[in-house]
Amino acid sequence: MAEVSYRDATRIYPGTDAPAVDRLNLDIHDGEFLVLVGPSGSGKSTALRMLAGLEACDQGSIHIGDRDVTLVQPKDRDVAMVFQSYALYPHMTVAQNIGFPLRQQKVPKEERARQVREAARILDLEDYLDRKPKQLSGGQRQRVAMGRAIVRHPQVFLMDEPLSNLDAKLRVQTRAELADLQARLGVTTVYVTHDQVEAMTMGHRVAILDYGVMQQVASPGELYRHPANLFVAGFIGSPAMNLLPTVIEGDSVVFGTVRAVMDPAVAAAVHQAKDADITLGVRPQGLALGSAGVPAEVVVVEELGSETFVFVELEHLGQTRRIRVRVDADYQVKRGDRTQVSVLGPLHLFGRDGQRLATASEVEGR
Amino acid sequence: MTLTARDRVLRGQSRWGTAALGTVTWLVAALFFFPVFWMVLNSFKTEAVANASPVLFFEPTLERWEAVTEVTRGLLGFSEAFTNSFVIVIVSTLLVLVLAIPAAYALSINPIKNWRDVLFFFISTKFLPIVAAILPLWIIARDLGILNSQLVLIILYTAMNLPLAVWMLNSFFGEVPRELIEAAQMDGTGLFGQIKDVMLPIVAPGVAATALLCFIFAWNEFFLAVQLNPVDSSTVPVWVTSNVSTRGNFLAKLSAASTLAVLPVVIAGWIAQKRMIRGLSMGAIK
Repeated sequence: MAEVSYRDATRIYPGTDAPAVDRLNLDIHDGEFLVLVGPSGSGKSTALRMLAGLEACDQGSIHIGDRDVTLVQPKDRDVAMVFQSYALYPHMTVAQNIGFPLRQQKVPKEERARQVREAARILDLEDYLDRKPKQLSGGQRQRVAMGRAIVRHPQVFLMDEPLSNLDAKLRVQTRAELADLQARLGVTTVYVTHDQVEAMTMGHRVAILDYGVMQQVASPGELYRHPANLFVAGFIGSPAMNLLPTVIEGDSVVFGTVRAVMDPAVAAAVHQAKDADITLGVRPQGLALGSAGVPAEVVVVEELGSETFVFVELEHLGQTRRIRVRVDADYQVKRGDRTQVSVLGPLHLFGRDGQRLATASEVEGR
Repeated sequence: MTLTARDRVLRGQSRWGTAALGTVTWLVAALFFFPVFWMVLNSFKTEAVANASPVLFFEPTLERWEAVTEVTRGLLGFSEAFTNSFVIVIVSTLLVLVLAIPAAYALSINPIKNWRDVLFFFISTKFLPIVAAILPLWIIARDLGILNSQLVLIILYTAMNLPLAVWMLNSFFGEVPRELIEAAQMDGTGLFGQIKDVMLPIVAPGVAATALLCFIFAWNEFFLAVQLNPVDSSTVPVWVTSNVSTRGNFLAKLSAASTLAVLPVVIAGWIAQKRMIRGLSMGAIK
């Protein structure tokens, strides 16, 4: 178990100009479950593979515990990795697969068998120890890959989209099991996914990458409540935040016909930025339908059972905009209805460079 | 998509087409097999029967097999030739594998910048007809004092088969997912362990196929053997031709010699084939 830190870690693939990972600075605490998330091509897998030693670190350094591992071979880093494809050895049985890292460490046969059984017990694989990987289901293979990682008691677990080859239902179940297992073992874990729901539900902290640059690292709640920039605002939260250009009139933010009054501190911050291109972000949960607010027309109704998301079209700064609003499941609404959208808040304000200006949590709709 | 008549035949959807295709296949196979069959048949005839106009029924005899394995003083004998061939072919095939496996592993798993050029270089060594190189080879072998030795053929057969083996193994290794090797690295396996414990067991069928080809090429090699090693330590192909006599036609005896010469290749092929089929049906990389 150990802390992990990236210090200005950079990876530039040969023959490319843009770094796949650009000066990544990240400190991962001992025992933490950190999730690297981002769209494809964001550099999240590259960052993970740099920590594994499978990808070179062209600039900067990577540390595990108090050891600089930048130039250390993968086999000597004492980290275990679970691959997206599981990468089970097809010619070995489950027991041999799980025991393989121990065999490399020259652990005596009886001790090895004992530890393999122990790992198999934790992962509920005891009945399958003599099978070959091709005789297993996807979920079982995933657990064998986990077994191969935990049997070693490594300093760090690395997981590269380990759930993406499972079907949806199994994925949700395995997600919880994995988080539980990590909590029990208490091993520092770095987990890569493109699925923000996975990131939010599993991670103690989540680091968001885009084009190789880290956008924000924070707890799931913090990311949701205080996205650092437009990218994070649009990426975190399902369904996504409504983002639309806006202007400031005095101490108010314009949203359709509503003027949302900012509290003085927020207003001061926004005025200080002197930014003309301001983007307003408001989550579907921060809006409501009713008899007050901006006149709108219902376009699409998405009923999820537990709640309903309604797409409405409304006039905002002289243009028709499509906005998503969350309503309770029993709220009666259908396509073509005329309604009004009011603001519950919070409102997020972002400047021209996409960085957050302020959160106007205290708004008064008018 | 519309199917042409040819597509339907190839997909087995046309009964007459399938039957015709089957017939043609059998005819071609018979055409290729017939000379071999005739050779084996001839070896059980007496010279008189073998050299007369072909007959279907005859009294089989082992007399020519005995004649061909007889030891004549001063001439390359049957058992010597086979011993030489086995030593030379097996040692050179093992050498090829020992050298080609690391080379192919390096080229496919951790390729250097111009790895395609390297592969091309390997195969380009086969562009020169061996006849053009025989004089310098002969002079070098003479100066090293290894003419008429098993060693000269072991070296040359290794060199001859090495490019082919690297090329073949490289493509087999290339089909193994990189993640398996990476997993082995993460599990604490060094380079040697990656090859021995992970790569080789998975590509065993490919290695068997490569070894078989090297075995066949080395076993059948005649030109180098007859030029550099024509006397006591020569190989089976040279021995077979020694049964061609200027004193007359000994077709039955020659057939017996030839049949003996092809047997090891048939057996090696049969063994390797079993391995290859089992390996290919394993197909469990994902």
